Parts: sequence; structure tokens; C-alpha cells
Amino acid sequence: MKRVLIKYVSKYKIYVIIPFTAMLLSIALDMFNPYLSKIMVDRVIRGKEKELLVMVLLGIGGISITRSILGYINEYLFDYLSSLVSIDLKRDLFRHIQSLPFKYFDGMNTGELMSRIGEDVDNVWRNVSFGTRIFIENCIYFITASIILFKINYRLALISLVTMPFIAYFALMLEKKIDKAYEKISDQAAILNTTAQENIAGVRLVKAFARERHEILKFLEMNKTSYKLNMEQARIIANHFPVMEFLSNISIIIVISVGGMLVIGERLSLGTLVEFNGYMWMLIWPMRMLGWITNVMAQSSASAKKIFNIMDLEPEIKNSENAVKLKEIKGQINFEDVSFKYNDEYVLKNINIEAKPGQTIAIMGTTGSGKTSLVSLIGRFYDVSDGKVLFDGVDIRDMDLKQLRENIAYVSQDTFLFSETIEENVRIGNIDASLDEIYEACKKACAHDFIEEFEDGYKTIIGERGIGLSGGQKQRISIARAILKNAKVLILDDATSALDTETEYQLLKNLYHGDKKITTFIIAHRISAVKNADEIIFLENGRIVERGNHDTLLKKKGKYYEVYCEQFKDFEEFNRQVI
Amino acid sequence: MAKNIVKQDEDIKKKSNFEITIRLFKYMKPYKFKVFIVILLMIFVMACNIANPYLLKTAIDKYIAGDDLKGLLKIGIFMVGINLIAMFASRIRIKSMASISNNILLTIRHELYSHIQKLSFQFFDSRPVGKILARVIGDINSLQELFTNSVTSFIPELLTLICVTIVMFSMNYKLALSAIVILPFLALSMFFIETVSRKRWQVFRTKRSSVNAFTHEEFSGIRVVQSFTFEEKKSKAFVELVKEMMGAFMKAVKLGDLFWPLIEFSSGIGIVLVYWYSVKLIDKGNITVGTLVAFTSYIGMFWRPIMNISNFYNSLITNFAAAERVFEILDTKPDIVSIHDAVKMPRIKGNVEFKNVTFSYEDGGVVLDDVSFKVNSGETIALVGPTGAGKTTIVNLISRFYDAQRGEVLIDGKNVKDVDIESLRSQMGIMLQDTFLFSTTIMENIRYGKLDASDEEVIAAAKAVGAHEFIMKLENGYHTEVNERGSRLSVGQRQLISFARALLSNPRILILDEATSNIDTFTERIVQRGIKKLLYGRTSFVIAHRLSTIRDADRIMVVDGGKIIEEGTHDELLRCKGLYYDLYMTQYRFLSEGA
Ligand SMILES: Nc1ncnc2c1ncn2[C@@H]1O[C@H](COP(=O)(O)OP(=O)(O)OP(=O)(O)O)[C@@H](O)[C@H]1O
Ligand SMILES: Nc1ncnc2c1ncn2[C@@H]1O[C@H](COP(=O)(O)OP(=O)(O)OP(=O)(O)O)[C@@H](O)[C@H]1O
Ligand SMILES: [Mg+2]
Repeated sequence: MKRVLIKYVSKYKIYVIIPFTAMLLSIALDMFNPYLSKIMVDRVIRGKEKELLVMVLLGIGGISITRSILGYINEYLFDYLSSLVSIDLKRDLFRHIQSLPFKYFDGMNTGELMSRIGEDVDNVWRNVSFGTRIFIENCIYFITASIILFKINYRLALISLVTMPFIAYFALMLEKKIDKAYEKISDQAAILNTTAQENIAGVRLVKAFARERHEILKFLEMNKTSYKLNMEQARIIANHFPVMEFLSNISIIIVISVGGMLVIGERLSLGTLVEFNGYMWMLIWPMRMLGWITNVMAQSSASAKKIFNIMDLEPEIKNSENAVKLKEIKGQINFEDVSFKYNDEYVLKNINIEAKPGQTIAIMGTTGSGKTSLVSLIGRFYDVSDGKVLFDGVDIRDMDLKQLRENIAYVSQDTFLFSETIEENVRIGNIDASLDEIYEACKKACAHDFIEEFEDGYKTIIGERGIGLSGGQKQRISIARAILKNAKVLILDDATSALDTETEYQLLKNLYHGDKKITTFIIAHRISAVKNADEIIFLENGRIVERGNHDTLLKKKGKYYEVYCEQFKDFEEFNRQVI
Repeated sequence: MAKNIVKQDEDIKKKSNFEITIRLFKYMKPYKFKVFIVILLMIFVMACNIANPYLLKTAIDKYIAGDDLKGLLKIGIFMVGINLIAMFASRIRIKSMASISNNILLTIRHELYSHIQKLSFQFFDSRPVGKILARVIGDINSLQELFTNSVTSFIPELLTLICVTIVMFSMNYKLALSAIVILPFLALSMFFIETVSRKRWQVFRTKRSSVNAFTHEEFSGIRVVQSFTFEEKKSKAFVELVKEMMGAFMKAVKLGDLFWPLIEFSSGIGIVLVYWYSVKLIDKGNITVGTLVAFTSYIGMFWRPIMNISNFYNSLITNFAAAERVFEILDTKPDIVSIHDAVKMPRIKGNVEFKNVTFSYEDGGVVLDDVSFKVNSGETIALVGPTGAGKTTIVNLISRFYDAQRGEVLIDGKNVKDVDIESLRSQMGIMLQDTFLFSTTIMENIRYGKLDASDEEVIAAAKAVGAHEFIMKLENGYHTEVNERGSRLSVGQRQLISFARALLSNPRILILDEATSNIDTFTERIVQRGIKKLLYGRTSFVIAHRLSTIRDADRIMVVDGGKIIEEGTHDELLRCKGLYYDLYMTQYRFLSEGA
């Protein structure tokens, strides 16, 4: 919370100073009111000084108008301040999350992140405005009242503060307990968010298995936990607030009793006690509010903690100190003795690959053998554990990260489209592309025809993740997006798996016959897709077990040959029959 | 319902205040008694708070001024006593009120969530996940304030207000009138603020929902964003949206913040009016000075409840927008529901028939055009065809994810629309084209197919699809957490898991939509061998593009342009040299032509 104040609020000093001044003025004006009322009663009504009436009424009216204007300025500017802080906080958090590596997202749920940037920032935001305002206001009252009271009679003032340590003690206890409660609540909110998010994102699965009731029960469980935590918070408040309120009331009673005794013992004048009593409320009120302030602060500091936990994560993958920026990009990729592991176990071992500019490297292999892991090293989505990956002869860890990724077009295995128009989705490949270039890319990706068939053509809006398109249509749009990027290196990770053979054939033909200078990595399971590659690499358990081109591999009669036979076994037979 | 994209504002139909209020307060009904108690306690605590200054005054005026030490101590002890009781009362009050409002929140959220589960695909097709989430989480959270404030402040404050008004009127009705003459103006301006600012709060909530949707999409698509170095653009778009949201907020509070100053202002004017009028009355000798002095002290007591009630009103307006959004979903009628007297689907034999089925998605052209076919129980049917031909759509209709516009889908001679949906779907094992895993253990993910399956059954299913081996290699075996959507696993491994899940459900009809598209040929062979036994006697639909996958199907249907254009076994289809032959031969073209 302190960090929020220092880093974010201090930037907008003016929006603290103005409302603060307005508040001071308004409080000062408020002090005139009892005085005016007194004049009214004593002099105008009792003393019949008629000529004062207009003056006094103007005074009261004027004060109330000025106070309402000041009050408005104060509230509005504090709201403004808090919204500025919230924008900054959200922006920084968002930027920071974006800079974190894949590894972070592997272990993090979308729902939780949403909760952090949503509810948690909102908590901080709400409390910055409300909390600060109340806090300052009460401080002013407390200090003014203390000064006045000490001036009137310091002994009584000391007595009136006698319960203060107890109140402070309870405030501390409250802070300690409720802080934990809020942290739990904030975590539970993230869980609730995650559960609901998964359910809604996976609603098709839920319905396919008719598991609605199960899901409802699951959510109800979370919901109940959250209920319990909220009740726990209420319990803590119930155990502290009333006591603090009681103590502050007690302090008045003590003052009056002790003061009364002094008066009766003629050690104090009655007038002083009455006067003292009049200002006592100004002291009591802030004491009572202490509970509220603690509560609000604890809530926002719990949320702030969660936010800064994320902010404090160093992005593991970032530019090195003196990152190289290549002048000319050729597109040569080398793997030198690369090994890689996600956790403890190696998923890639001693990989050596050389892809010259313009060459096509095909990767095949069993499920989970490490194909995706291998290509994700090229764009430095993960860093190698041993060995190195070179781009045009430079270790990619020494390269400018942005430049590296800008020169690689990666079509990932699970297609992701944004809920925008088709045109905008393709345009992600290159923001400045003209419409013609987009059409061109889509034609190459065999997507143009089906897009044109839609009622709205390229302006067709697609749902989140591409809902509303068939599997193959999604894949082709994501390929078009990559083609439009016009990078020197293209990676297709099983990107044609949902295409029928004809379309796949056409698409690959377009790619190969296009600009020959693109270095291509293609992962596929169909022989037809890899056959024409310059080198075909066969992976098993993270090791390269076979490599060579189509013909040499067929002759070798190894794994590749076996796949070939499986996919084409009755083909030759059929040919014999027909011909 | 047209598609709603992330950045686009939702359209929320405005409901009348009255309707919303009634609906909200219905939720309080079960807690009538508790609410009653809370109000009583509240009134007691308030009475104590009001009594405190009064008692102090008595102490000073009567006992201290009268040098009565005993009396002073007595009243002191009495005060400590009532404050102590008040303390316990407010403790109970806080707890009870929290329990009521949290219970209501739980109920509404549960109701909303349950209702959302009933809605059909069309609902989910047309809006981003983040926007639905915004309602389940954010909007409902903001109702909490409303419920907590409503009872605790509104009713007791109203009572105070009424009491004070009565006292004021009984003292002097003319003065009382002059004190409340400003109220109609206050009410009028509040009403004006309300009408305008409610719309603005709705705009704010809508924008907020868009921000939510944006972050959802961003974080679930972060890998694409990073690989296209799109971070800057996305940040900008995000800040843009947040600014819009905050702009909407500022616009709303621009009016909302007027509340307090307005009351401040009115109370000031009110007091001026009273003074001015009272001086006139005194001149005429209508009231005494004493009455006036007493009266002025009541004016303060008169305005405090008004302030608190207005504050409540303000929070009502602020949060009505959220209530509106929650109710909107609750009012969305699910369009795919079991009919009123739906019978349970008996054990499915597996005869599936399409009779002249025509279907189009809500916002598109015809996808299936007069499709008819018949499948006998136990058959394995392969659906092939160009992408976007409508294969997935066909299987979507069998499991009644959508309803056909024309024609009938019959299972064992029963129209799927006439049977209970749950009894229908629970007999089907569907493997969707988009693999989805939950972020829990592998064990739990597979078990989703059959919730009461034993560990052994789960493992048997995993073995059948050849997933057992790789699962055992993971650090915690079956208890490995797979993360969101299964991102801990390779894509092929995810497919295997979801395959095992579909098998475990022991379905009467199995639907495999590109179940093995990301699985290599070796593993696929293992899968096919493994499931052969399991599939015996069950109807199954297999969609695949790798033709080696479907070669052995009993019958292959070729779908193109929303129609079934060829049908037969692999050999028959090759012989008739139609589309299937072409598809098949393309593979060969690869081999012969150097592409
Ligand atoms: N939810 C939806 N809303 C609107 N249109 C849709 C929806 N789902 C699919 N479509 C459209 O319906 C058509 C048929 O899609 P379908 O998914 O049935 O194709 P498919 O044959 O399974 O293709 P693929 O082999 O690529 O998976 C496509 O043109 C697609 O754009
Ligand atoms: N994010 C991750 N964290 C930990 N382990 C992972 C992660 N992603 C993949 N793995 C593991 O690494 C191994 C290799 O996975 P990879 O995705 O590279 O396989 P693949 O060859 O692409 O398989 P497929 O053909 O199924 O896509 C698998 O055993 C997988 O379980
Ligand atoms: Mg992979």
C-alpha cells in the first residue's frame, strides 16, 4: 500500500493538494457554524438585534454554498485522482504481465490474472479515494480537537486520551487479523474467477458430457468457501468495531465523571467542563473511524500485495545487457547440442540442426516427443538448458528479443484467434498491410475463397478463439496471419492437421512456390506434408533418431518408412488393381 | 443475437426501478425474521447513540451543577452499562447482517451460475467469456454493498426521520413546514440525477465488462501476442479501454458526487429559511424563544437521516446497473431445453437417422441442406470432406447442441427434441475438435467422463488409448496437474487424455471429431487397436482428415457443401472416382509431383 502511495499517488500531487486544501477550508468554515448559530440565538432572537439577521443568514447561507462547492471539488478530484492511479496501475500491471515468459503462464490461470488486474486493482482504487479522504479528514479533526482540548484543560485532555492506547491496540489487532482474512478473500476471489472462467470457456465440454449439475455443485463449493471467508471477515469486524466504539464512548463518560468530580471538588469550573464536552465529539469521532480506516487500508494492502507480487517477478526471458541488433536478416537457424527441460526431466537432448536460409526442415515424431518444445526454442519462448540456438550465427540469447520475434512467424499447434473481424485477425501479422496484401496472404493460405463466401466477407466477426469457424478455417486464418508477417523464418506446428488433403496440398504448394527465401520448419504427421522438405527429422523421446530427405529415409526402411507404409499401405495395392 | 466482440459495448435493456427493487428485495424474504432482529438491534444501537449526549447533558446540568457526586457516578455507571449492551448488540447486528447479505449474494450467484449452465451454445457463441464472467463475479460483488447498506441504514434512518418530523410538527407546524419546504426541490434534483446517472453507471459497467473480456482474451492468447510481438499494440488497446472505462466512471461520479454537496446545500438553505421565518413568527408573537432554540437543535437531527438515506439511494443507483445486468441473464430463456413432458432416453441402441435436416447457424447461411441418412446400431461411420463442409455441424445436431430448423434427428426412432437432454447426452461420448482439459490432475480430467469411476477404471481407459505410458513418466503420474487447458502436456497428449475421458463414459454412441488429428501415426495405431474391442457393438462417428484413420470404417460419408454426396466403403468410394477418390489421390500427387 505504501508503494502505491509513493509510486503512483505522488505523481499526481496536484490532485492531492487541491482537494486537501478544499477539505481544510471546508472544515474551517464548518467551525464558524456554531458561532453563527450562537449569534443568531443570543443576539438576533434573544437580543432582538434585527439588523444582524440578514448578515447572519447570509453568513450561514454563504458558508453552506461554499462548503457544498468545496465538498464537490474535494470528492470529484479525489475520484479523479483514484481513477488516474487505477489507470496507471492497470497499465503497469498489464505491461508487466505481458513481459513474463511462457513458463509463467504455464503455471498461471487466466482467471487468477483477471482477478488481479480486475478486482484487486479495483480494491486499491476504491480505497485510495475513499480511504485517503476519510483518513485525512479524520486526522485534521483529531489534531484540531486535541489542540483545542489541551488548550482548554490539559489534564482533562490527558484523561480523554486514556482509552486511546486501548483503541490503538484493538486497531492493531484488527489490522493483523483482517489483513490475513482479506488475503484469503482475495485468493478465494481468484479461485472463484478461475473456476467460473474454466467452466464458461469449457462450456462445450460440460454440455457434451451433460455435466451441468456437477459444475454447479463444484461452483457452489467455491461459493460457500467464499461465503465462509466473508463471514470470517465480518466476525473479525464484529469483534473489534463495537469494542472500539465502546471504548471511545467510555472515554467521554470518564471525562465527564472525572471532570464532574473535579467540579464538585471545586478544582474545575463548570463552564470549562461544558466547553470541553462540546469539543470532545470532534476527538471521539476520529477514534471511532479508526476501525473503518484500518479495515479499508487492510483490504487495499492485501490486494496491493498480490499486485506487487506479480510486479516483482523478473521476466526471465528478456534482452541481455548488450543485445545485438542484426543489420541484415538471412534466416539461418542452427541448433548446437541443444538440451532442454521444463522441470527436472529433459525433453530434448543433444539436438543439432542446421537450417540454411530458404531451407525447409520437417519434424516428425511420436506424440510428446518434443517437437513443439523444439520449435518454441527458436522464438525464445523458453531458453535452452544446454547448448545454444543460433540465428544467423548469433546466439539468440544475445539478440534483441523483439527483432528475433519479428523475424519469426510462428503458427502454433492450438489455434488462437481474437474476437474481431477476420481482417483484423489476419492484420495482426502486419499492422500496416494493405487490403490487397491481406487478400494475397489469405489466398496463399487457401482462406480467401471461404472468407468471401461469408455474408460479410473479411468483415465477418468471429467469436472468441474463433468460435463460428470450422477447425480448418481457423487454422487457415492463423496461417494467413503468419504469412502476412513476411518473416524470414516460418514455423508451422502441426498447422494443417485439420485440413483435408486437397486443401493441405494446395496450401503447401503455395508456400513452397512462393518466396523461396523463407526458412521453414514444419511439424506434421502426414507424409504428404513433409515429403518435400530438405531434411526430415524424426524425433523420439527428445532425441533425433532419424534424419535425411524423403528418398534416403525410405531406403533406410526405419521409422519413417513404417509411417509411410501405414499411410499408404493399400495405395500401391490399389494402384496395381486399377492400372 | 449478433456476435458481440470484446471492444463492443453490450446492449442492456433498461428495467424499471420498481421492478429491480422488488426483485432484489425478494431475495431478502427468507431472512425476514433475521432482518427484523437486525433492525431492532440497529434501532437500539442508534437510540443509545442518541441517548449518550442527552445523558451527558443531564449529568452536567443536573448532577454536576447540583454537586451530586452519587448521582454523577450512578449516571456514569448507567451509561457504561447501556454502552456495553449496545456494544454486544452491534456485534450481533454486524454478524447477522453479514450473514444475511452474504447468503443473498451466494443465492444470487448460484442462481445466475446455474442459469448460465442451462443456456445453449448460441448464447456462448455470441459473447466473449470475459463478459459473462464479469456478471458472475464483478456485478454480483457490487450488489453486496447494496444489501448491506439497505437494511442497516435505510429502515432505521427512515424511522428516525419520521419520528423527528412528527416531533417537529407537534412543536410548531408552521416552522416544521418551513424546514421541509426545501425537500421537494431536493427530491426533484435527486430524481434528475438518478435518471441521468443511472444510464451513466450502466455505461461504466458495460465498459468494465469490456475490459474484463479484453484481459481474458489477452491472457488466454498471450502466446500469440508474444510471438507476434504484439505487446505494445495490445497495451495501447488495453489502456484505451481502461481510459474509456474510467472516463465513464468520471462521468457517472460527476453527477453522483453532487449528492452530498446538494444535501449540504439544502440543509444550509433549510436552516436559513427556518431562522428567517422564525424571526418573523417571533415578531408576531406566535412562538417563544424557547421553542425556537429547541427547534433548531432538531433540525440537525432532521438532516442526518436524510443524508444517510440519500447515501443509500446513491448506492442503489450505482448498483442498479449491476442488478440489471444480472437479471438480464436470468431472464434469457434457454432455447435448447427438454420439453415439458420429456421422457428419459432409454438405453440407446444406436440407430441414428437424419430426415431432411436443414440447418444454419444464427448468423450465417445454410450449413446443412436437406441432409438425410440412416445409421444402424453398431456401425462405425466416417465423415470426410473438405474443411468447413459441415461435418462438425452434423455431429453437433446428433447431440442436440443446436436444433435443426427443418427436418428431424432421430435416435432409435425418437426425435432428440422429445427426450430429456441429460439422459441423451450422458449416453454419448463426444470428443470435441477443440480439446479442453481442466486445470486439475490427469486423473480428475479423465474421470470427468464418469464421475464415480474408480482409479482402476480411469487407468484402464488411459491404457486403452495408449496414454498410460506417458502418464506414468510424468512427475506425479496420474496426479500430475495439467494446468489451464492442459498446457502442461503436448497437444497430442491432451487429445489422448480427452479420448480416454470419452471412452470412460462408456457411451452408446461415440463421436470422435478429429480425435487423432494431432497424434502421430504410430500412436494412432496403438489407439485404434486399443479401442477396437471397446467399440464393438457401439455406433460411432469418426471425423478425420488423415484418410488412413478412417479406412476401416464400415461406411464413409463424404460431406461437401452441406450435403452428403457420396457414401460407401473405402473400396467402393475409390472405385466410383468421386470426391473421395480425389481427396485420396491428392496424397499421391504429393508423392509424384515435387510440389
Ligand atoms: N458456431 C457457429 N456459428 C456460426 N457459424 C458456424 C459455427 N460453427 C461453424 N460455423 C460455420 O459452419 C460451416 C461448417 O462448419 P463445420 O465446423 O461443420 O465444418 P467441418 O466440416 O467440421 O470443418 P473442419 O473439417 O474444418 O472442422 C463453416 O462455414 C463454419 O464457418
Ligand atoms: N509447459 C510444459 N511444462 C512441462 N512439461 C511440458 C510442457 N509442455 C510440454 N511438456 C512435456 O514435454 C514433452 C514434449 O512436449 P511437446 O509439446 O514438445 O511434444 P510434441 O512432440 O510437440 O507432441 P505432439 O505431437 O503431441 O504435439 C511432453 O512429454 C510434455 O508432456
Ligand atoms: Mg506439439
